[in-house]
Amino acid sequence: MLQQDQLKTVASLRGIRHRYPGGEALQFTDLDVAVGQHTLILGDSGSGKTTLLHILSGLLKPVSGSVQIGGQELYGLSPRKLDTYRGQHIGLIFQEAHLVKSLTVKENLLIAQGFAGAEVDNNRIQEVLAMLELGHKAHSYPSKLSRGQMQRAAIARAVVNHPAILVADEPTASLDDRNTERVLDLLLAQATEHGATLIIATHDKRVKKRFEHTYQVGGAA
Amino acid sequence: MNILQIAWKNMRQSPATSILGILLTAFGTGILCLLILTSHQLEEQLDSNSRGIDLVVGAKGSPIQLILSSIYHMDNPTGNISLAEAQQLAANPMVKLAVPLSLGDNYRGHRIVGTDSTFLALYNLKLAEGRLWHDDFEAVIGAEVARKHDLDIGDKIYGSHGLSSDGHAHDEHPYTITGILAPGHSIVDQLVISNLASVWRMHGDDGDNHSAGDEHGHTHDSAGVEEHEHHHGEDHNHDHGDEPQLVKSIMGHIGSGEREITSMLIQYRNPAAIGMFPRLVNQHSSMQAASPALESARLFSLLGIGIDSLQVLAYVIMFMAALSVFISLYNALKSRKYDLAVMRTLGASQAKLFGIVIAEGILLTFVGAIVGVVIGHTALYLIGASTDGSAKFVQAFALLPQEGGLVLIGVAIGFVAALIPAVKAYRTPISHTLAGN
Repeated sequence: MLQQDQLKTVASLRGIRHRYPGGEALQFTDLDVAVGQHTLILGDSGSGKTTLLHILSGLLKPVSGSVQIGGQELYGLSPRKLDTYRGQHIGLIFQEAHLVKSLTVKENLLIAQGFAGAEVDNNRIQEVLAMLELGHKAHSYPSKLSRGQMQRAAIARAVVNHPAILVADEPTASLDDRNTERVLDLLLAQATEHGATLIIATHDKRVKKRFEHTYQVGGAA
Repeated sequence: MNILQIAWKNMRQSPATSILGILLTAFGTGILCLLILTSHQLEEQLDSNSRGIDLVVGAKGSPIQLILSSIYHMDNPTGNISLAEAQQLAANPMVKLAVPLSLGDNYRGHRIVGTDSTFLALYNLKLAEGRLWHDDFEAVIGAEVARKHDLDIGDKIYGSHGLSSDGHAHDEHPYTITGILAPGHSIVDQLVISNLASVWRMHGDDGDNHSAGDEHGHTHDSAGVEEHEHHHGEDHNHDHGDEPQLVKSIMGHIGSGEREITSMLIQYRNPAAIGMFPRLVNQHSSMQAASPALESARLFSLLGIGIDSLQVLAYVIMFMAALSVFISLYNALKSRKYDLAVMRTLGASQAKLFGIVIAEGILLTFVGAIVGVVIGHTALYLIGASTDGSAKFVQAFALLPQEGGLVLIGVAIGFVAALIPAVKAYRTPISHTLAGN
């Protein structure tokens, strides 16, 4: 049973082609990510990693090709359904922790539940915040948080809805070695804890050694 | 968290611009609210004071002046009319009720009105205590007069000549108060009411002529009315049987050939008189007829110029409010586009972002409009408290249906001002914004 689960595909890309408004076209090789198979997307700056991540997360519709997350063809959904699906099944983490500035940490998690169409679950929020050592900061505004706390809050928000995949875009780009290790530990721990498969886009060599599965965008690694 | 809560939080994010938008909306709404309230209350006052009065007959002159002096007791009378002539009109079958008025004196700014008991019938007045006047120089006072000057039954008051309190005093003839009227919330509360003879005698004895023609002929003739008619030699068809009993009795009592009154308030027997009776007065007598309804409307249209310009000012402020809300929302979009994109990644639909921005605009102007209505009522209360007298705004805190309209206008302004920013929020390109280019 466990074996079967391991082999189940959580994310797959097939024949993705994208064209930038400028006219430059990109073609991505196919990708399959099995459940629990944390994957790195590697590539130099400007190689299209972020573009691929956005395509994968349902934020950017490719010119052609198919994106399946948890068995659902993303771009076959209506825009509205796609938004909800994204909220429910995809957790996004950015290089900068983009918390909504006008809302407290707890409220940032509340809107994550609300937008995804989930019931408000205060226990879940408390649980996630406690796990990320943010319980005491629940009612703080982002401007009152340290950088590390902000990043943890952003991770809390990404995992609060039990996403199938946790997508991180350059989460360590501006961190020193020690903090890079800590963030990676945190991401891996949270992904495992909440049953999410981690997909990280990075050009950071320090990250590479922690992951077995990699996917190369653009030229050779 | 729902859209409103998120919008509310956003609003608090930039308190200065939010307060500016709220204040501008509040001032605009406040002015409009005050205008609505004052014109409503003014109209109500005018209406309640002229209720039941279809026509005022008085000396020729400005019809507005006639209305103001005889109904609202504000302006000077246009002059005097012959009582006999007035009585002929009163006897017309179209007339249901005819109330003679004789003005000329005041008690500390409260007009002393010489009339007869039909006055009480016309205004539907009831005595709170005491009795009506029986003799000359007995008077019944309005509730406000009694309250303000702490007067009681049996007290004597001295009138002074003229319609404002600084006139020459009639020291010789005090009025004795025999009754106090129950409050009627009309101008009558501010009046001192006596019989016609008191006013005539006051001025007859003083030598203060009502007009040059009054020779103070005190020919005590019991058949005065009839004789009076012959004096004028006018060929009105006059049916003595229809003569109001009271006028007759006064005439019988005083008995004078050239009695004059200031004006006569008339209530028609049926609506058919509206078209015919004023023409009859204006064309076939030396008097003029003025309709309170028409003249109040005319007065209102004259006041309307002032009201209109205030209204324009209010609309300009409202427009500025809309502009300020628009600018603050539009500017906020720049710093918030990341927040909006992040919300999209969390599952918010485009419609939701549109709704959040619209909700914020509406919230600003809604709060502003509510504050404005409060300002309007408070201002009205303060105005009412600082001015007493006939223009009393009793119900400063009564809400009018139009105020709901004001709040709706506020909400509409918020919606319109937020529309373009909301469309921009709707169109936020998530991928582009998140990628930071």
